[in-house]
Amino acid sequence: MGNKQTIFTAQQLDAYQDCTYFTRKEILRLFYRYRDLAPQLVPLDYTNHPDVKLPYELIGSMPELKDNPFRQRIAEVFSEDGEGNMTLDDFLDMFSVLSEMAPRDLKAYYAFKIYDFNNDDFICKSDLEKTLNKLTRNELTEDEVRMVCEKVIDEADLDNDGRLSLEDFQHMIVRAPDFLSTFHIRI
Amino acid sequence: METDAVFFTDHSGRITSNPLLDQLPSYQSLLYRRKSSVSGPKRRSSSRGRLGSSSSGKWNMSTFTRPFEKQKSQVTEQQPIRELAKPMAEKRRDKTQRLEEAQELTNWRQWRQSSHRYLRRLRDDAQEWLSSMKLWRGDIHLIEGMFGTGILSYFSFLRFLVVLNLIIFLIKFSFVMLPIIIAPYASGNITYNLNDAGVCSVYPSSARRGLVIFHEHITDLLSGGGFLEQTYLFYGYYKVDKIHFTNVTYNLALAYLLSTIAYLFLSLIWIVKRSARGFKRNLVQDEDRFQSFCNKIFAGWDFCITNENAARLKRSSLLYELKTDLEEERIKQKIADRTRKEKCRIYLIRLILNLFVIGVLAACFYSIYVATIFSQEAQMTKIKVNFIVDLIYEYLPSIVITLANFITPLLFSVIINYEDYSPAFEIRFTLMRCVFMRLTSIGVLLFSLWSQITNCEEEPCICGYNHLLYSCWETRVGQEMYKLTIFDFITIVAVTIFVEFPRKLIVKHCDCGLAKWWGQQEFAIPQNVLEIVYGQTICWIGTFYCPMLPAICTIKYFFIFYIKKVSLINNCRPATRPFRASSSNFFFLGVLLIGLALACLPVTVSVAQINCSHACGPFVNFNTSWEVLPTTVSQLPSGAQTLLFALSSEAFAVSFFVVTCLAMFYVIALAGAHKRVINQLRDQLAMEGRDKRFLIQKLCQAQRLSPVRSPVSKSKPRSPSYHTSFSSNFSEGVFLAHSPPDSSTHV
Repeated sequence: MGNKQTIFTAQQLDAYQDCTYFTRKEILRLFYRYRDLAPQLVPLDYTNHPDVKLPYELIGSMPELKDNPFRQRIAEVFSEDGEGNMTLDDFLDMFSVLSEMAPRDLKAYYAFKIYDFNNDDFICKSDLEKTLNKLTRNELTEDEVRMVCEKVIDEADLDNDGRLSLEDFQHMIVRAPDFLSTFHIRI
Repeated sequence: METDAVFFTDHSGRITSNPLLDQLPSYQSLLYRRKSSVSGPKRRSSSRGRLGSSSSGKWNMSTFTRPFEKQKSQVTEQQPIRELAKPMAEKRRDKTQRLEEAQELTNWRQWRQSSHRYLRRLRDDAQEWLSSMKLWRGDIHLIEGMFGTGILSYFSFLRFLVVLNLIIFLIKFSFVMLPIIIAPYASGNITYNLNDAGVCSVYPSSARRGLVIFHEHITDLLSGGGFLEQTYLFYGYYKVDKIHFTNVTYNLALAYLLSTIAYLFLSLIWIVKRSARGFKRNLVQDEDRFQSFCNKIFAGWDFCITNENAARLKRSSLLYELKTDLEEERIKQKIADRTRKEKCRIYLIRLILNLFVIGVLAACFYSIYVATIFSQEAQMTKIKVNFIVDLIYEYLPSIVITLANFITPLLFSVIINYEDYSPAFEIRFTLMRCVFMRLTSIGVLLFSLWSQITNCEEEPCICGYNHLLYSCWETRVGQEMYKLTIFDFITIVAVTIFVEFPRKLIVKHCDCGLAKWWGQQEFAIPQNVLEIVYGQTICWIGTFYCPMLPAICTIKYFFIFYIKKVSLINNCRPATRPFRASSSNFFFLGVLLIGLALACLPVTVSVAQINCSHACGPFVNFNTSWEVLPTTVSQLPSGAQTLLFALSSEAFAVSFFVVTCLAMFYVIALAGAHKRVINQLRDQLAMEGRDKRFLIQKLCQAQRLSPVRSPVSKSKPRSPSYHTSFSSNFSEGVFLAHSPPDSSTHV
């Protein structure tokens, strides 16, 4: 793409390339996607680090995210303020972790945070129930939800404290063959 | 969770570090691991301020972390920043920090770091360029978004086959056809196989004479006879023995044989390499049944889906899968509760049904045999009845095979309902039966062809084959393979146009009960995969007899991609029984390997056993095609000869076999040992967790009984799994209250 872009300084682009899994071209393309969400809010010049945050509603309406039942949690986990309002940094970070080049451990870490609805560093039964209901839009009966949550805890809980810690989750992900291909957004 | 649960703040409000927690053995080992390992402290980010200070047990480690971070980044070999689980701002700070530190390093280290970075960038760019060169990238992206990763794997499998066939064709072309074509231009002198005017080398020309009716051209095109027979398309045309260029003599017969071996070998290696990833995962997950719920909940939703319809369907398929799994649990319970009498009854039913299946298969194979013989005889007698009827006689084996492959899966899926297996096993077993049916039907066709070829009126045959009927039998076999390929392609196109599109129109516009029962088309992945594996097996077998068949197959798969894609997007809805991507990759390549193994068999038998025809082809001067190799070897210098003889001697083969067996047993033993260790460690983890909880409970009790800063009584039960350093620090005075066991030790 040449050195003709004036959006970022060379150091900024360099830093982004080191901190994400994207190439120069992709970073610029992602910047334009970010800007397309709210052209009047996002300036074309990021060399002086403007403090621009896009509200969650705009992020959640992106075609890549709008059908995802976890879009709110994803935005919350990656946003600085924890409410889903994302700066460009958060935006790039999010798609970098969700790209196909990110390693499994990194993805597992963030997946854990996404599924941890009450942010207590554990996936407990209530977190599981919320996850399940978001996945199936409340179409399972109470009994079935309870049985599934019990089974999940049975399968994955290693230290027998009735909930999943990060280590349990990561151990389980190692043995989940689909995780890398499903926890992946193409943009 | 109380924020002051674990720590007491001192009077200035700053949270002090807890020397007691630092002494915990698990925390110590975490520190040790951080110093010496590459993996970053993922837990570090729990200190992100973003999640609010009201969350439990999270204390700002900023005063704590700086010294550790500096230490870690200096000591460890720089882990790429982008693999750290931190927010972007922290990563950038890390980067500037590293840059500063880099200034302090020696020149050589700096150069090494920067060269690593440069190489990594280069590799990323190269990978991106390579993947942009991939065929059909945009189309597959679209399909992935609409239908998810299961169907995506089918299309990328198709793409793999296109590339494989292209490479096979290039091998054949460059080693067999190219020398013949460029011989006149490179001043090469071609020596043809001598026509020794014996009975066996009579090869009547099959070109049509006189006025040729138009539809006969079409018949020729569709059956590979007539004007197509004496072309580069078939084996019989390559009557070249050697090509003498100015400096070197090119032995075409040897090249023909070796290129056959080369493409079979190349296919094997490529498929094994591609399936190695999936196989490793499958081996690790042989207890996959035990994690099925976790997989569905945490890795079940395809984040790639961008289509509302697809999202709705994915949701309902997940729901269906969960319900099926719960149902399976109930069935497992039911099976475990079966009485003796019921078991006997079930086994009897299964035996009868399996015998029935074998009977059906035998009937199909017999009908293929009869059809082949009838078709061959009809072609031999050359009575022209009618254009259409002639064509049907030519294509009779293909038609029978296709019919059998259409009916038997339906039959199998009906039968399996009565055999009372668990749902997952049902799917797999039906699939196995279908695979067996498809691939063995080709074998039966070839067997019946050969029985015809080696069947002479006076036993034994003079030339080793029936030279009266089959003056050039390899071309004949090549023609049958060609016909199978063409018919396969026609079938796929016809089914798409005449069955799938009308079905969609009917279901969309007609409101009758039949339409509702039939429902919209589902893209059945297993059946589609079997179709293309069947085509690929024919290609592998046929390439020896019809060197341009790979090119035809490449073009065929190319068109099939677009046909299937259009049909998928317009007619299909995603399957209610979704096919998981990971296991499906392994399944596709596994079936392809079975096809390859089955393809090697006929080629090997015909190369080594059956006498090659004396009237056509490059092996006229030899008895069997294989004889080229020994003849060539005997012309090599004696050193090379002795080496080759040693390599092919029994002593070498046996010792090689023994060494391979030993290596295999070693690896199996190692894997078993690792598994046992993993189980032991898992039990140990569970024990540790329980110990910790127990101890913390006791501590809480003790704290409640006595005031906070007084030393605790020594009657604390000491778990044997803790180090003694733990108890020695009790007197330090800061105690744990209601903290969750794990978070207190994870920093």
